[in-house]
Amino acid sequence: MFISYHFIAFLLLLFVLYYLIPKKGQWVLLLIANFLFYFSAGTYYPLFLLATSFTVWLAGIMMERRDQQWEAYNAQIKAGDIPKPTREEKKKKKAAVNAKKKRVMLCCLLFNLGILAVLKYTNFVIDNVNVLASAMGKKELPYVNLLLPLGISFYTFQAVAYLLDVYWNKAKAQRNFLKFTLFVSFFPQLIQGPISRYNDLSETLYAPHSFDWKTVRFGLERILWGYFKKLVIADRISVAVVMLMGDPEYYTGAYVLIGMLFYAVQLYADFTGGIDITIGIAQVLGVHVEENFIRPFFSKNIAEYWRRWHITMGTWFRDYVFYPMSISKPLKKVTTATKKKFGMAGARRVAVYISTMVTWFATGIWHGAAWHFVVWGLVNGVIILASEECAPLYAKFHKKFPKLVSTWGYRAFQVLRTFLMMCCIRLFDTYASVRGAAKQFVHMFTRFDLSAVTKQEMIDLGLSVQDYVILMLGVLLMFLVSMYGRNGSVREKIAKKPYVIRYGIFVLLFFAILLCGNYGIGFDAQQFIYNQF
Amino acid sequence: MDVEEIREGILDILKELHEDIDFEAEEKMVDDKILDSFDLVTLVTELGEEFDVDITAKDFIAENFNSVDSLAAMIARLMEE
Repeated sequence: MFISYHFIAFLLLLFVLYYLIPKKGQWVLLLIANFLFYFSAGTYYPLFLLATSFTVWLAGIMMERRDQQWEAYNAQIKAGDIPKPTREEKKKKKAAVNAKKKRVMLCCLLFNLGILAVLKYTNFVIDNVNVLASAMGKKELPYVNLLLPLGISFYTFQAVAYLLDVYWNKAKAQRNFLKFTLFVSFFPQLIQGPISRYNDLSETLYAPHSFDWKTVRFGLERILWGYFKKLVIADRISVAVVMLMGDPEYYTGAYVLIGMLFYAVQLYADFTGGIDITIGIAQVLGVHVEENFIRPFFSKNIAEYWRRWHITMGTWFRDYVFYPMSISKPLKKVTTATKKKFGMAGARRVAVYISTMVTWFATGIWHGAAWHFVVWGLVNGVIILASEECAPLYAKFHKKFPKLVSTWGYRAFQVLRTFLMMCCIRLFDTYASVRGAAKQFVHMFTRFDLSAVTKQEMIDLGLSVQDYVILMLGVLLMFLVSMYGRNGSVREKIAKKPYVIRYGIFVLLFFAILLCGNYGIGFDAQQFIYNQF
Repeated sequence: MDVEEIREGILDILKELHEDIDFEAEEKMVDDKILDSFDLVTLVTELGEEFDVDITAKDFIAENFNSVDSLAAMIARLMEE
């Protein structure tokens, strides 16, 4: 959706109109733009989005009304308008209010997650039922052809976060339905996130914005950088990744390693590039969207990687699945029972272990309705828990060799180790089956033969020598930009440079995309990888 | 139960989790990652048992868990409710 001349024209028109119309109307213009964007993606898509917006908006108001009733009740007691209740009576009243509020929340949650589940997972369920049916010699169920609205996982998660925040009194309900719909449908982040929180996004989303050249310029620079990553790097290397993953029998051994590395480059350039475009568009409009990546490939362990990669998804699962589940009544009971049997060491672990694995199961299935995604999620969970268990060992090692661990070399080793581990885990994401991924992982070692990697074979992956040169330069540039941004915003640093350098970089980037980008008539730009979720 | 008794109860639980940390001096136990997710989850269960209160996701925010005082204030409020 971001990669078309129509979209660029749409953006330019929106940017101009946004700063020409009265500021009061800016959010209305954004709402109209959202629906035009979404309507162009699919005629019926806006209906699904409206259903989610309406139900969650209504539930928010209904829940807040319950809170107001409770506050009014307390005010009446304080003013002496009603006789002071006993502690038990007050507790009973509070429980009744909470129960009503919970009913509203649960109905709305089930409705919206239900839509997502039906549209996204029906065929997955049928697939699994059919495996059982065929094993038992019974008739298989036919698959259903369901519409899957663009970015449904993202806007549903964003709406659910709001619903739960209002339920937990962490956010105030938005009374204006249109404003709430704007929050759910904000078009730059519909495709692949970030998954914004209402309290964060609403601050700037509804506010009037005056034209500020520095903000707009920063936004445009970010958009250009995103297009560079997407069109020059991700879409160029994707041809080779498709070849490598599409024929696992032929591309085995050393090619699994090459495929892993190529896919890491593609995924990083594609996803971070898309998010750069999203955040850049929002910035031009004066809207602040949370960052989704903080140089993830520089992480020193997997837990840290997940705190720096797709951050808003990670924090969503942490705040709305992991912690609520860990401190839920059933798991509290399990923790108490475990403490009696196994002491504090067991009690500390049990709830976190169960919740971690459930969270990673959910993260896996969220990424795709297939078992290899589930295994991908579970492997992440197991490694994170194993690292947690090994933490005392690492601490001992670090204490014993303080000089070694503070060296640049040791840190580089940790970064490389994490990067390669993530690449290996990602095999479950790239190959279409669990068995296929596991087989390729083993073959990477058992059939490793560098002599099989010839120049001709590499060219046969669909990339010319010129492509490899551009890719190497592109990767080097991404690396340098990441390094340059370690201690502060790259754009702020560029802004302090002389006029020629500042605008020279801008122009260079523009021409790099124009000359080296994969686009144009007859070229079918690759869908963003995270679009599929 | 007064606030001082609540504080004592909280400190006993925290000491059971990490006896080597001076929790009374800590003001940002969550923000500074002195308490990890294992500790926080255990703490919720232990505090619930000790003070007969139900700490839910609504109360599960960093500000409530950052210091012994903020924990005590949350427990006192929940006991009052």
